[in-house]
Amino acid sequence: MTTLSLAVRDSNTMLRRNLRHMQRYPAMIFYLAGMPVIFLLLFVFVFGGTLGAGLGGGRTEYLAYVVPGILLMTVGGAAAGTAVSVATDMTEGIVARFRTMAIARVSVLTGHVVGSMIQTLVSLAIVLAVALAIGFRPGAGPAAWLGVLGVLAMTSFAVTWLATALGLVAKTVEEASNTPLLLTLLPFIGSGFVPTESMPDGLRQFAEYQPFTPIMETIRALLTGGTVGDSIWWATAWCAAIALAGYLWARKRYNAR
Amino acid sequence: MITVTGLRKAYGDHTVLDGIDLHVPPGSIFALLGPNGAGKTTTVQILSTLIDADAGEIRVAGHDPATEPDAVRAAIGVTGQFAAVDGLLTGRENLILMADLHHLGRARGRRRADELLEQFDLTDAAGKQASAYSGGMRRRLDIAMGLVGEPRLVFLDEPTAGLDPRSRQAMWQTVRALVADGVTIFLTTQYLEEADQLADRIAVLDGGRLVAEGTADELKRLVPGGHITLRFADGPALRAAAVALDTAAVDSAQLTIQVPGDGSVRTLRALLTTLDEARAEVESLTVHTPDLDDVFLALTAKEPVR
Repeated sequence: MTTLSLAVRDSNTMLRRNLRHMQRYPAMIFYLAGMPVIFLLLFVFVFGGTLGAGLGGGRTEYLAYVVPGILLMTVGGAAAGTAVSVATDMTEGIVARFRTMAIARVSVLTGHVVGSMIQTLVSLAIVLAVALAIGFRPGAGPAAWLGVLGVLAMTSFAVTWLATALGLVAKTVEEASNTPLLLTLLPFIGSGFVPTESMPDGLRQFAEYQPFTPIMETIRALLTGGTVGDSIWWATAWCAAIALAGYLWARKRYNAR
Repeated sequence: MITVTGLRKAYGDHTVLDGIDLHVPPGSIFALLGPNGAGKTTTVQILSTLIDADAGEIRVAGHDPATEPDAVRAAIGVTGQFAAVDGLLTGRENLILMADLHHLGRARGRRRADELLEQFDLTDAAGKQASAYSGGMRRRLDIAMGLVGEPRLVFLDEPTAGLDPRSRQAMWQTVRALVADGVTIFLTTQYLEEADQLADRIAVLDGGRLVAEGTADELKRLVPGGHITLRFADGPALRAAAVALDTAAVDSAQLTIQVPGDGSVRTLRALLTTLDEARAEVESLTVHTPDLDDVFLALTAKEPVR
């Protein structure tokens, strides 16, 4: 067996293990989807009228505006779940056992990453379903929807590798659950909830150049049928950079233990 | 099966293993015995490729763990001090996970899992999550998981720590059955009785050095003779006896005196005569023949300050 096919086979085995964990803890997915759903309802029904007016429309217009931000918040929240499950796993004796076996080393991590991506995508589907149920009517065609799916998959891939690294770096499970929470705040300090133009200097520059903004802009443009422009390249570049950094960091930490 | 010369490991200034030599022939049970913190687990971690040694020649199943870790990993099964099972998976799922990672294939993996469930008396609990298992069951599952790939060499790091006496007996039976199948066992333990019961050869590790090595009988010969413990009814009798026997081995709180001696009738008669003449009435008397505990305590207490 070649090294690659061995790695794929072992990763697949580890993925099955992680999926079974999720199956045993179905509440996790509702927890991960629950927080963004609450924020969606809060921002649309409590703040939505006023914020929509600020955008030159109403509640319906604000709903259309805020969905990409909520989706990225979901990705960030799921990252916390990933970091916690990785950190928890590392405290278990079974990972030491895996290290004494002749298996592809990275498979423990890839199993986590792919499993978490599936979990994130399911959470995203739940959040989107709620958005549709409360009146979100994007004008996107099938190709654009495919594009949205692609961008979300790419983002969750990158963020999950980063979260895996954070889970490995964390000294305790509590620490692992806290650090990635910053990611759920990132959509706020970007174009997720209000346009960046309304922000004061300094904050505005950060908001415009931070990685989540081009991702949210791309999703927003795809959903509303607007022009995507450069943001998709920025989004892709950020995701590639975060994924690579997260992967290298995670691999280094895992091998160093 | 295992050959080690001059193994060293330090964490910063703290030396954990200070040049140890081991030789474990195939098909034998080797026990590494030592108190907590002696370096037993570190030794197992090095031999099972979990961590690297700082110095020393190591061959495990014919390979060097540092340069050919996968060749070593393919030959060994490891059971850690803390049961390395996946609590969220059932017993059978844990075993099938191991079978998949050994690339046994679906049908063979399932067959192997069922065999081991049967062998380790876990068939009834096969469908329960391992987190719901008792300590003894978890430990059995843990060992079973280490055996899925039919290793030629099995590391058992304190396999009976925290088990009740019945589970411990059952674990010993299991270990004996493995050796009967030709498996080599490297066992660590802090229980002397366990090493005495199971091991062909015992090495005593203390403070990162091997302080003795040999069969249980050879080690027992290192501590000559046994002792006799005399218990007295009250303080005056104890003091009278201490004077008559001219000994300092007096425990005033327990009202006991320890006297070196082999427990033969002649020794006892002489002892009791001496005490009678001193009018020190003995309430009870126990004869203690040397066991591994004496060896252990004698060997590991030699250098109280390090």
